[in-house]
Amino acid sequence: MKPPSALTTPPLLELKSLNVSFAGRDGITRAVKDLSYTLRASETLGIVGESGSGKTQSVMSLMGLLPHNATVSGKAVFNRTDLLALSQSELNRVRGKDIAMVFQDPMTSLNPHLTVSAQMSLVARRHLGQSKRDAFAECKRMLDAVRIPEAAKRINQYPHELSGGMRQRVMIATALLCKPKLLIADEPTTALDVTVQAQILQLMRELQTDFATAVLLITHDMGVVAGTCDRVLVMSKGERVEENFVEPLFATPQHPYTRTLLAAVPRLDEINIKLTPPTGTTPLLEARGLEVAYPVDSNSFFAPPNQLKALRGVDLMLLPGETLGVVGESGCGKSTLARAVLNLIPASAGDVVLMGEPLRQLTATQRRAMRSDMQIIFQDPLASLNPRMTIANILCEPLDTYHPNLSRAQKLRRASIILEKVGLKREQLGRYPHEFSGGQCQRIGIARALMFEPKLIVCDEPVSALDVSVQAKVVQLLIELQQELNLSLVFIAHDLAVVRQISHRVMVMYLGKVVELANRDEIYSSPRHPYTRALISAVPIPDPKSQQRLGFAEISGDLPSPLHPPSGCAFCSRCPLAEPRCANEDPPLRAVGRSMVACHLAE
Amino acid sequence: MRRDSNQGHSLFRIAMQSLLSSKATVTAFVVMALVVLLTAAAPLLSPWAIDSTDWESVSTPPSVETGHYFGTDDVGRDIFVRTLYGGRISLLVGLSATMVSLVIGVFWGAIAGYAGGRTDQLMMRFVDVMYAMPFMFFVILLMVYFGRNIFLIFIAVGAVNWLDMARIVRGQALSMKHREFVEAARAGGVSHLNIIRRHIIPNLLGVVIVYVTLTIPQVILVESFLSFLGLGVQEPMTSWGALVNDGAALMESAPWTLFFPALFLALTLFCFNFIGDGLRDALDPRDRAGEP
Amino acid sequence: MLRFTAKRFLGAIPTLLVLMVLAFALIRVAPGGPFDSEKQLSAEIQERLNAAYHLDEPLWQQFFRYLGNLLKGDFGPSFAYADYTVSELIATGFPVSLKLGSLAMLLAVIAGIAIGTMAALKQNTRADYAVMTAAMTGISVPTFVVAPLLVLVFAVTLQWFPAGGLGNWQNLVLPVIALALPQIAYIARLTRGSMIEVLRSDYIRTARAQGLTQAEILLHHALKAAVLPVVSYLGPATAAIITGSVVVEQIFGVPGLGRFFVQGALNRDYTLVMGIVVFYGVLIICFNFFVDIAYRWLDPRVTL
Ligand code: SF4
Repeated sequence: MKPPSALTTPPLLELKSLNVSFAGRDGITRAVKDLSYTLRASETLGIVGESGSGKTQSVMSLMGLLPHNATVSGKAVFNRTDLLALSQSELNRVRGKDIAMVFQDPMTSLNPHLTVSAQMSLVARRHLGQSKRDAFAECKRMLDAVRIPEAAKRINQYPHELSGGMRQRVMIATALLCKPKLLIADEPTTALDVTVQAQILQLMRELQTDFATAVLLITHDMGVVAGTCDRVLVMSKGERVEENFVEPLFATPQHPYTRTLLAAVPRLDEINIKLTPPTGTTPLLEARGLEVAYPVDSNSFFAPPNQLKALRGVDLMLLPGETLGVVGESGCGKSTLARAVLNLIPASAGDVVLMGEPLRQLTATQRRAMRSDMQIIFQDPLASLNPRMTIANILCEPLDTYHPNLSRAQKLRRASIILEKVGLKREQLGRYPHEFSGGQCQRIGIARALMFEPKLIVCDEPVSALDVSVQAKVVQLLIELQQELNLSLVFIAHDLAVVRQISHRVMVMYLGKVVELANRDEIYSSPRHPYTRALISAVPIPDPKSQQRLGFAEISGDLPSPLHPPSGCAFCSRCPLAEPRCANEDPPLRAVGRSMVACHLAE
Repeated sequence: MRRDSNQGHSLFRIAMQSLLSSKATVTAFVVMALVVLLTAAAPLLSPWAIDSTDWESVSTPPSVETGHYFGTDDVGRDIFVRTLYGGRISLLVGLSATMVSLVIGVFWGAIAGYAGGRTDQLMMRFVDVMYAMPFMFFVILLMVYFGRNIFLIFIAVGAVNWLDMARIVRGQALSMKHREFVEAARAGGVSHLNIIRRHIIPNLLGVVIVYVTLTIPQVILVESFLSFLGLGVQEPMTSWGALVNDGAALMESAPWTLFFPALFLALTLFCFNFIGDGLRDALDPRDRAGEP
Repeated sequence: MLRFTAKRFLGAIPTLLVLMVLAFALIRVAPGGPFDSEKQLSAEIQERLNAAYHLDEPLWQQFFRYLGNLLKGDFGPSFAYADYTVSELIATGFPVSLKLGSLAMLLAVIAGIAIGTMAALKQNTRADYAVMTAAMTGISVPTFVVAPLLVLVFAVTLQWFPAGGLGNWQNLVLPVIALALPQIAYIARLTRGSMIEVLRSDYIRTARAQGLTQAEILLHHALKAAVLPVVSYLGPATAAIITGSVVVEQIFGVPGLGRFFVQGALNRDYTLVMGIVVFYGVLIICFNFFVDIAYRWLDPRVTL
């Protein structure tokens, strides 16, 4: 927390009734309406809101980064100058120097064609007037300051050779090169995995103190806000709905919108959703020793192609009416697992058993028949719907395969029943996917999966592309459908809090292996694997008072390349507890207490 | 975007709307249509035949009185009629050769892209090999040795142009295969044939249409190039390319013999290119306006 | 890098073989021979000529004989230009074509990229529309219309440059421009499109947020990415320039390889035609190799 003097210093940035509007095909859209706020030196202000709230546009306008069809009015006084009144060249003397910015996706925000040093030193040379050599040295110093391992080597590499976390560190290092008075961070950790997000947030907090920089943090994540900001401004539909210091805002939200927003946030530390227990005891689905390998181009001319082992022997079991949550960071193989279970990609070893039938031994026709029992819901709701088909055709298509003798009217009747079940109207059957919002598209995806009463639905990150409030509704819908239709769900997500809400059991994956498997409460209250602990402690909790963690050691570094997984325990390159034997012996998944854990040290 | 009517608005209709909202593209369409109509109605518009010579007016400039609207050439043939008939040949060559390349290219590309793996590698390796051929030379050889046969021109030019089409279609099919809606269809048990028919081809169509509109002018240009070398269509038939080539020789004495065929040729190519560009922009989901 | 070179080298072998088989077949299957265009030669002389040039052997044998000679660097004698070997003819024609072609290519790339970039910066303004309409016209008007027009305007009327022939640089100006024009237009359109795309990308937004000037952004950040499509177009562009040079050499009376080829084809000069096809095939393969290396240099994400 800041010293109280921060409140008495004169404002660094003062926004006075900022308006942003865009001229488009359907007339003028007002993205930001009459927004005013102040920010003092070395203070952190969080601006939260869901997509379409205008939070990003409000800061883009300060930086002069809006597209040409935007109109801006109002005042933004920074250091006694109105940013909105500056000419392009005057603005160029401020941005990058006194105000710096960090963007959401470090992959696309860094120039893929330039080395790290090339793009960093351009900034140093422009604003600090340094020579090539000085600029290079300065960049190197800055990379060390953001704690990039092996900075001397990294500085000459290209962005694609760095991991996501390192790229964002480079972005931050570049932003801080000129010791700006204000740092604008637009969703700086949204594209990153939780463990990396925790590292980056930690780094930003430290650097802010070191450099005495004021920070404008734009985010949709209440957890990030709670742990990072002094004050919070909540935006909705272009307007400020509430502004307060962080603690009172979370403790006593005034505006109904803030209250719904806070209520919708899934929390890791408390569950508010009751689940009905599984309805059967004979497994509906089993996977045994499932392995999937993709060929990748080898580095040698004559050698056979390399194998990328996305799954390295996964067992799972699912009861009727049960939900199995699968969590892990990107690259852990969870999406591959989803597709392998459904036989959408061939397994290189192991087998999937559905209702006692090993899928491998079935003929292609039989396997196709089994398909109607298992369905899938995808992450990107819009991409999973064929843009050239109407909703009616999308929903009816699978019926053509399994019930070819149904009449069109019968199919449509079924489609409209299902559509209403997922909360849409039957009148919408004639529409095309692009006419729906993300949440609605996901409902259509669910409807498609339900068209012929499947027993199992694999949900591959079904809510991660949606806003929190929409997320909550979709999760609720899935839970209701499960109860009503006795569905079994495999729920794959990177968001532990969401998984906790919906799952009976949770499976944690790392580099294509299961590292821990336990009941939902067990795994969150007493995680046993060091990786599970790290994951849980990395999740930001949307409560400024409970920011102190469960006390587990944070993990450092990034995921190793799945092409060359470490020998022995997959986690040993990042594990804080690793012992010599971890590097040699692969720990088997064994029962520890009421959990299954793959760690030599777990007890 | 959301409306209350029950009828949805397909992407195609939206693309058409945006296409037709651009005055320039509409103009290009209208000019195009006029040219096609004129060439189709050629015999009705002038008393002269394509190879009839009017000995009273040799190398006369355009005039309404003589009925030679575009003038005559050095042997007294009517340029107006010849331009229109030449247009028939040029357009015909353009369309048919493009169709040849379309059929081969889409077939080759879609199979390679959807099949993937070894099949894909082999098929595309073949395309690579073909790419390294100095194809124009082969076409010239064909024309020289097998006579100036118009069907040969179709096939020869089509055979050259399918390579690009195959590459484009293959790239699209490959990326389409991993799109989630195709996976969803597979999870729904839809057969490969139906996936290609319902999901892959309709989504490829946009790119293919654009490419077709851009290929037609290329082919017309190739034909005119052959005509220039004296390897195009044979007398008494003619084409824009042949006419332009004849006209270029008379450029100083009878400039109209060059001007009108060249105008028609350039105008047509221009319109095709323009419509192609417009289509590409309209089918591109990203909004092209605005942004710096 | 070494691996890539080796791979491409090995890959070029089948390509060249296919090229030769195709060209050989095309030339030989066609009716007519090199010696039947002349005034009626007696059957005996015909036979003897055929035997001298091994035309009486089965086709496959001739092919392998040709291949064998080729490996020794021997393209064989020309049928039509007696006393000359094909190698000698290529050696006289190629330098001229090379000079013409490379100058045209250079002009096309520089002017095309410059014009395209300017149009992209002024996107959707009058200047943009004007330039792009001009470019579209450049693509739509065939070279053999443009070339005589250039002659008419600059050589006959204005008398700035000579209408053709060879000699000093003035002779080259018009042919080079005629050859480059459609390519300038094409490259300008390509550059404009990709430049607009690049200027819209996230990393350009980052650069703008860093307070870099327009010039710095263009030069350091945007140009490399924006010329990538141009680089991949260089392969087809070479092919287009080689074909175009056939026209331009004809019109301006430049004694380059293109003219030799057309003459050779009309004369049934088997070895000359074959030689030029193979020569250009090798040239295109080499050129594509360099283009790939340039691409790799510009885009570090592509691995060779
Ligand atoms: S086995 Fe060793 S390295 Fe692996 S998680 Fe356990 S302690 Fe860490």
